[in-house]
Amino acid sequence: MPDTLQLEIVTPEKMVVKDVAQEVQIPGKGGYLGVLPGHAPLITELAIGEIVYKNANGTQRLAVAWGFAEVLPDKVTILAESAEKPAEIDVKRAQEAKTRAEQLLKAGGPDLDYGHAEAALQRAETRLQVAEKK
Amino acid sequence: MANILDIRRRIRSVTNTRQITKAMKMVSAAKLRRAQERALAARPYAQMLTNVLKSLVARTDIYDPETGEPRHPLLVQRPEENVLILVVTGDKGLAGAFNTNILKAATKFLELKHGKNIEIEAVGRKGRDFLRRRYPMAEPRKADSKDAARTTVVAEKVGVLNKVEYSLAAEIAERVIERYSRAEIDSVYLVFNEFKSVIAQRLVVEQILPIEKVGETTVTQAEEMDLEARKHAIEAAKGTGVGLRPPDTHEVDEAAAKFATAPVDYIYEQPPEELFRSLLPKYIGVQIFYALQESVAAEHAARMTAMEAATNNATDMIDSLTLIMNRARQAKITKEIIEIVSGAAAAS
Repeated sequence: MPDTLQLEIVTPEKMVVKDVAQEVQIPGKGGYLGVLPGHAPLITELAIGEIVYKNANGTQRLAVAWGFAEVLPDKVTILAESAEKPAEIDVKRAQEAKTRAEQLLKAGGPDLDYGHAEAALQRAETRLQVAEKK
Repeated sequence: MANILDIRRRIRSVTNTRQITKAMKMVSAAKLRRAQERALAARPYAQMLTNVLKSLVARTDIYDPETGEPRHPLLVQRPEENVLILVVTGDKGLAGAFNTNILKAATKFLELKHGKNIEIEAVGRKGRDFLRRRYPMAEPRKADSKDAARTTVVAEKVGVLNKVEYSLAAEIAERVIERYSRAEIDSVYLVFNEFKSVIAQRLVVEQILPIEKVGETTVTQAEEMDLEARKHAIEAAKGTGVGLRPPDTHEVDEAAAKFATAPVDYIYEQPPEELFRSLLPKYIGVQIFYALQESVAAEHAARMTAMEAATNNATDMIDSLTLIMNRARQAKITKEIIEIVSGAAAAS
């Protein structure tokens, strides 16, 4: 039985993480999943949320928005539309996006794309959350 | 006989120009290298996405067994009446025939689709300027519109190619997908310059919707680069650190091919159909992103070649001007000697 997981996180622009982890937490669409080495093979879609993993240097966090993950006993591969490390997050921009989305949702109206605004709000909140815990 | 001073001034001016073109060539070479690296870095995602889609196709009933109709709106094929064409050019000129060639290919394709309702989305300032001069701007067509078929420009993206980000491609893709699902358009084509390496490029028209087969691109029109252009490109790439061969992607591709296709029984958190449904739109985004990246790399390569040619021309011009100047100076000296000699002869 393997005692570590190879973790790869890939975005359309580049490979963000290529690391060895002891434990990975993924924001699955149906709720967060904790993955330890030796996990059964699994495929899942990701929601907006944070990926948390433990490597030799401690706990690492990333904010992701939509993705797709494959879990194998010794490997976790994540395709994410975007994955940002705390240092890469523009807190000011996220804050602005949050306010904007909140206002949109509050204003309502027939033209409001509710799903869109909700997703934007969630993305902004996740970013802020990840940036805070750095 | 030309004035020596004037010629000297011209030589100095051409020398200055040569310095600028030489610098521009080196800048383009550096940008090209960066663009190539970026394209390479983007490869795993695109490959993985394509692979997992392919394997999902095998596990999913994408066609309704009773009616034979596809279950995903992006797989539905309708008679082609409303065509959307995305034309990707550069924002800047001074890149030889780069922009002209793309627009020529686009024009040729437009003629081919003549008689249908054609909508154009222009990415890049040069293409926008050209297409706007020829076709009117219009609102995107609604599905129930009864307007007669015509060719219009419906959207433009200018000044965005400096740094190609996925969000740009995602934004274009989102709109395209939405309109296709609402049956406002029946097919979507991308016109762009594909770039494998400095000497392996082609101008392609690629059909991105409807998706005929996942993992395979449908190229409807392609034009390889000619021998002459290739020769110039090789010349220009010399000493810039730009490789002639496409970068080796074998290893990356192999690793990507394993994604989500291991010979094991996966637990699917969501049913395969659902995964397939949410992955398919991403596939369109990836294809557009790929086209944008290739086009940017090709633009830098074209500019590099053009600037190399300009530098060579300047060198030739300096040579011939120097020759003319020396000749003029020689003639002046000879004339002076004759004057002195004949003056002396007259005096004695």
